[in-house]
Amino acid sequence: MNPVAIRADGITKWFGQGEAKTCAVRDVTFEARFKEMLYIVGPSGSGKTTLLSMISGILRPDSGKVHVEDVDIWGLKENALATFRLNKVGFVFQDFHLFPHLTTVENVAIPLLLKRQDWNKSIKEAAKYLDVVGLSARAQLSPTRLSGGEQQRVAIARALASGPDLMIFDEPTASLDGDTGKRIVEFVKSEVLTEHRCIIVVTHDDRIYSFADRILHMEDGRMRDGKGSADA
Amino acid sequence: MFGILRIAYKLLVNDKGKFAALLMGLTFSVFLMIQMTSMFAGMMKKASATVMNTGSKVWVMDRAVTNVSSSIPMPDYLLDAVRSIEGVKFAVPLYSGAGLVRLADGTYQPVTVLGLDDTSLFGRPALIEGHIADIYAENGFVVVKDEEYSKLESPKIGTTFELNDNRGVIVGIAKVPASGLFGIPTLYTTFNRAIQYIPSMRFTISFILVEPQSPEAVPGIQKAVSKLGYDTVTEQGFIDRITNWYVMHTGMGTNLLLMTAISFIVGLSISGQTFYTFVLENMEKFGALKAIGAKGYELVAMIFFQAALTGLAGYGLGIGLCAGLIALAKLRVPDYASIVTFGNLGLALGMVLVISAFSGYIAVRKVLRIDPYDVFRG
Repeated sequence: MNPVAIRADGITKWFGQGEAKTCAVRDVTFEARFKEMLYIVGPSGSGKTTLLSMISGILRPDSGKVHVEDVDIWGLKENALATFRLNKVGFVFQDFHLFPHLTTVENVAIPLLLKRQDWNKSIKEAAKYLDVVGLSARAQLSPTRLSGGEQQRVAIARALASGPDLMIFDEPTASLDGDTGKRIVEFVKSEVLTEHRCIIVVTHDDRIYSFADRILHMEDGRMRDGKGSADA
Repeated sequence: MFGILRIAYKLLVNDKGKFAALLMGLTFSVFLMIQMTSMFAGMMKKASATVMNTGSKVWVMDRAVTNVSSSIPMPDYLLDAVRSIEGVKFAVPLYSGAGLVRLADGTYQPVTVLGLDDTSLFGRPALIEGHIADIYAENGFVVVKDEEYSKLESPKIGTTFELNDNRGVIVGIAKVPASGLFGIPTLYTTFNRAIQYIPSMRFTISFILVEPQSPEAVPGIQKAVSKLGYDTVTEQGFIDRITNWYVMHTGMGTNLLLMTAISFIVGLSISGQTFYTFVLENMEKFGALKAIGAKGYELVAMIFFQAALTGLAGYGLGIGLCAGLIALAKLRVPDYASIVTFGNLGLALGMVLVISAFSGYIAVRKVLRIDPYDVFRG
């Protein structure tokens, strides 16, 4: 069995105050391992995105702990947490969030530049990641001139550029047609998932469930079986 | 950090529409600020032209004098009294008055007449034609060749004219660092000839020009002259007094100051609002950067870099536009009173930096508050 990449212990998150106070995630405990593609699925409003944000160091839980490779990430200070996200987590956002006024290769180079790498070196390295996702020919184009699938692959290349151990995909197929979405996930499974990487995908697109190593179901902020089931 | 700033640069300049709007706002604002302050500096230079052209280090005058053109004649004994003060190397009288020159076609042209000390000719202008000794010749006058020269029908050496019904002859043509504010030509002659030609009261000395033995002697001279009931100012002090008079006692300074302030507010609001909109439109992207791992101070650096870059580019363009327009205006109107000084440039730079800092600050406040979680929620 591969080592544990992420361990969440009883994490809970509340939003709002007074009568409007609601519990988005309630006492969730689960583990994800390296070389594992873990899906978190469930209906809208079930707390998937909130859970994803808490395990990736973006949203602080009200209670519970998150360990990534044995580091209690919510024990880190703000700048250390930002450095953790930069070095350990690769994000692929639902809307990609690419910069339209930068070229494709410059978009991919952003994490490298945030790591204070030299501009030319970063661009060269980013070009390699673009090659990995099969878009080296599009390096000098603006992302706005790419198709949805290509933009998704640029976002993946950008996430890969920081060399993350943990990759987070938020609704990766939501902005794509069925075939493109399937091809993207297939690519991620075969090319991106490595021995030292754990991929967590939040989705409610059941057409891509077959690519999951394990699926966690969420409903009303809880894991459906109460702790983190595996039913790939 | 350089790579991040380069990203910030590209995000800014590649958004051509917003960048152009920002530059236009700032350029216009800087142009107005420089133009207004240059006009003021130009007018003040012209208002102090006699002081600068004469070059005397210390001036003695009546206490009520506010500028060169409103001199109050002083008694002759004062000259001897000033010469007797300890620390005075020499002191000479200067006459400053106005006369009317009758031109060949019978029309009249007002002129400024400056009468130099007969013995020393202290404060004389540099001649470009003729010999200064010829000023002692009968009816001799030196004309200043400046923007107003043509108003005397561009006289040559030997040209005769009538000044207050007296005959005058041009014996030299001079150049001076600055011409006067009121657009009238200047004639130099000797002190005694000036008071002969121009009707005056029994007191005839407009100013006493003093050369101190050393700069340290000036306070002592000021004190001694003050005991005599008169005022002593240095060259710069006199220029400041003239400037202060125009600022405080005429509408000119207030109006120009108001226009400068309005230009600043226009620049502040245009660039502040445009830059804020620019940041608002990129808010999700900044959120994504934060999620990826950008630290707060890195985002702050990016935004202030963008604000400073826009500010300095607008500053440069504004100066260029202003300088171009002044040069163009001077081609058509030679005595157009506008000069770009280091003071103007410094003031405008200060204001641009305030505009950039304000624009950056309101944008930074917004960006620092963005929660990367919002990027996930969409």
